[in-house]
Amino acid sequence: MRRIVRIASWLYALAVYGFIFLPVVVLVLFSLQATSFPIPPFTGPSLRWYDAVLSDTRLTSALLNSLLVASISSLAAVALGFLSAWGFARFVLPGSGLLRGLITLPLTVSYLIIGMGLLVLFNWAGVPKSLLAAGIGHVVINLPLCFAIIYSQMGDHQINIERAARDLGAPEWKVLLLITVPVMAPAIFAGFFLSMTFSWDEFVISFLLTRFDTTLPVEIWNLLRSGLNPKTNAVGSLVFAVSIVLVVLFELTLLRRRKA
Amino acid sequence: MNSVGNIGRALPRAGRALPWALVTPALGWTLLFFVLPFTAMGLSSLTAHDGGGFTASNYSEFFTNPSYWQAMVNSLEVTAIVTVVSVLLAYPFAWILAEQVPERWQRLALMLAVLPFWTSYVVRSYSWLLVLAQNGVINRALTGIGVVAEPLQLANTRFATVTGFVHFFVMLLTLTIFANLKQLSPSYRKAAADLGAGPVRTFLHVVLPLTLPGIMVGAFLTFVLCIGDYITPQILGGNNELLMPQLVMMQIGRRGDFPLASALSIILMAVVTIAYLACARWLKIERA
Amino acid sequence: MTAPLVDIDSVSHRFGQQTVLKNVSLKIEPGSYTILLGPSGSGKTTLLSILGGFVTPSEGKVFIRGVDCTSVPPAKRPTTTVFQDYALFPHMSVGSNVGFGLRMQGVDGATRAARAREALALVGLASSFDKKPHQLSGGQRQRVALARALVIEPAVLLLDEPLGALDLKLRRQMQDELKAIQKRVGTAFIHVTHDQEEAMALADHCVVMNDGRIEDEGPPERVYARPATRFSATFMGESTILAGTVTEASDRTSTVATPVGPVSLPSALPQGSAVGLAIRPEHLVLGAAGGGVRLGSAEVSDVVFQGSFKRVLAVSVEDPSLQFIARLPASAAVQPGDTVAVSCDTDQIILLTD
Repeated sequence: MRRIVRIASWLYALAVYGFIFLPVVVLVLFSLQATSFPIPPFTGPSLRWYDAVLSDTRLTSALLNSLLVASISSLAAVALGFLSAWGFARFVLPGSGLLRGLITLPLTVSYLIIGMGLLVLFNWAGVPKSLLAAGIGHVVINLPLCFAIIYSQMGDHQINIERAARDLGAPEWKVLLLITVPVMAPAIFAGFFLSMTFSWDEFVISFLLTRFDTTLPVEIWNLLRSGLNPKTNAVGSLVFAVSIVLVVLFELTLLRRRKA
Repeated sequence: MNSVGNIGRALPRAGRALPWALVTPALGWTLLFFVLPFTAMGLSSLTAHDGGGFTASNYSEFFTNPSYWQAMVNSLEVTAIVTVVSVLLAYPFAWILAEQVPERWQRLALMLAVLPFWTSYVVRSYSWLLVLAQNGVINRALTGIGVVAEPLQLANTRFATVTGFVHFFVMLLTLTIFANLKQLSPSYRKAAADLGAGPVRTFLHVVLPLTLPGIMVGAFLTFVLCIGDYITPQILGGNNELLMPQLVMMQIGRRGDFPLASALSIILMAVVTIAYLACARWLKIERA
Repeated sequence: MTAPLVDIDSVSHRFGQQTVLKNVSLKIEPGSYTILLGPSGSGKTTLLSILGGFVTPSEGKVFIRGVDCTSVPPAKRPTTTVFQDYALFPHMSVGSNVGFGLRMQGVDGATRAARAREALALVGLASSFDKKPHQLSGGQRQRVALARALVIEPAVLLLDEPLGALDLKLRRQMQDELKAIQKRVGTAFIHVTHDQEEAMALADHCVVMNDGRIEDEGPPERVYARPATRFSATFMGESTILAGTVTEASDRTSTVATPVGPVSLPSALPQGSAVGLAIRPEHLVLGAAGGGVRLGSAEVSDVVFQGSFKRVLAVSVEDPSLQFIARLPASAAVQPGDTVAVSCDTDQIILLTD
């Protein structure tokens, strides 16, 4: 009986892994295609499509735009999220529950609707489509996330640490800089990292709110209009590789923190 | 429960100004770029495309035009199928990772299981297009071994949309269900075994009911993310059948009809809210 | 003599490189209340897990009612466990929790409910049948866990630090209740704790464990009055321990040289052997009207008022590395800095040869 369960488990797990990896393997394999169509038979390996991606200025500038929007909007989201989490966790504010609910509300609304709302508003107010507009949208989606992560980690334990610092004569700004920020660093880092990934990968808000200068997902989308193309495979594989490196780095820093 | 009461939170030296200075930027941002746009969208949905005063015509159009209705029905059907299939696929997988894989390999096994999560969202759907295309990997394999004579129409179908979605949500749900299974205190299982339950009954009476709240949360998340997604149906489903997000984007892209797009967005959001209220009692099961 | 209910025969257990139980043998009589007492890491919880069937020992055998249960799974052996965190199923009502074991045995619903109610009445929670575990207090959950384990009528009930999560007052109250319930049902209880007061209050049979071994076992009165080893003399209550060497020995008495002078004892000991002399705090006499054995004088370093008595620490004048721990009546007039004579009665001295 136990053996049957084990064997069935192995088979099932292998099948699911197969399903999960099938598209990724196909994507990466045909990014090395030598001919112009990313379909069987495989004609590579060749790096010509990577070459094509790196010499395509639209793609490279979109990549830089994406990094710029992701890092600046994540910084803004984590800063606003941290300050408000600190305020709500440490002080008694009238209507605190309601206000916290307001800050986390955008989490329950799909990106399409957030993008739509900003599009309508900016259209009325005469704000032109731009990377800045997309960045504002990214802060809207990531701020509640950063707030929720950091707020949930500000437990009683941290409150007592801060109280001890105040008791020993630290003024409020020193408590913040020397105690709260270092103690909350893992949560702040996690919030920032998640915001980076979400902003980096976000499509529909950027699609609605940018025009000429745009982000990488939108540029890849534009590439898709030309149908199946190994160049799309190459740029997708590159994005995948960068993300994997980031995730591994994140895991390693987290592990090191835990061991320390 | 609340060991630090209000007295503990009050600060001796801080005035009223500091706490508000901390929370105002975030509140202001949310009001300005979330509440205000939403209000603008609400107002816009009550105007006509070609100007004029307030009207409910956008909403009545949704309820009277069968092709709009159909988009909502399609969206609900696809989302329901995706949610059910994803949960059914992910639960056994998460269970195997948590219970059958040796402890020290679990972290690696889980990381591998969600690795494709980190590909770009647009690219993930595109990859499925490669797999499912007329002359893609699957059709070549099927015709190659002679299972079918002619390539199957896999891409640009509801099947393709569902496959793309299920791929994403199996990874997401595996993560959440795995975390749920690992969070269960081992003494529950020990207690059940001690009281005479075998592995099957321990699972049915203890493990499954205790992970059910987590599954419900995961399923709800799947529902919300799935029903609002534009990319996957657009790339994989093509325009053969429209889902709600495609319909919304169509109003903006082709016709520049912001009021109708706004109304459709609000209707979509209302559906999600109703779904939330319907399972709210499942999403907050109290734990001892 | 009847066969023991539980017979643990030369059990050893290793976790990886670490040996947590070293050749432990123990017999448990039917209807007894046994306490496994020891500091954390002493192996007491591992021994309980072996009895419960959650751990199979590396060596040795466990017999329950004469049957070899060494590798019988928990579900199939006549033991049930009350877990430290109670492990009440949070999604089931109190009644379903208590009825769970019966349900697994295939007992029909009506009988199950009736017996669960009976078991809850036994622990004084008859009215909580329909509540959920999270609606109960810590002490009540503990009692539900007890009812759940008792309702399937095990031969042996195992309790893993059952009072550990409760506050002091509740703990003392639950102690009395546990003892009363055990008397009523007559099941053998085996209870793990690191609290020596709990051990003395509850045990019929007290097993002191340290570093994977049984240091001492017996009725708590005996273990307290005549501890077998240095460890048990200091872990089960406090003691002042004098190190000494046997200098003279006859067949009835011996003289032991200690830093505070020679002490004669009414027992035969090999000459030249090193021994320890333990004296309980309540047996040390401070001041003039002393007992038969003079232990030099000491300077009082600390007096702690503890309600019904005063705990006094005093440093020996003859050997400053020796500290006396004494217990004096609350009315005693003693101050830090006082120098007092120390003495005790011969028959209160506990001889330790380990």
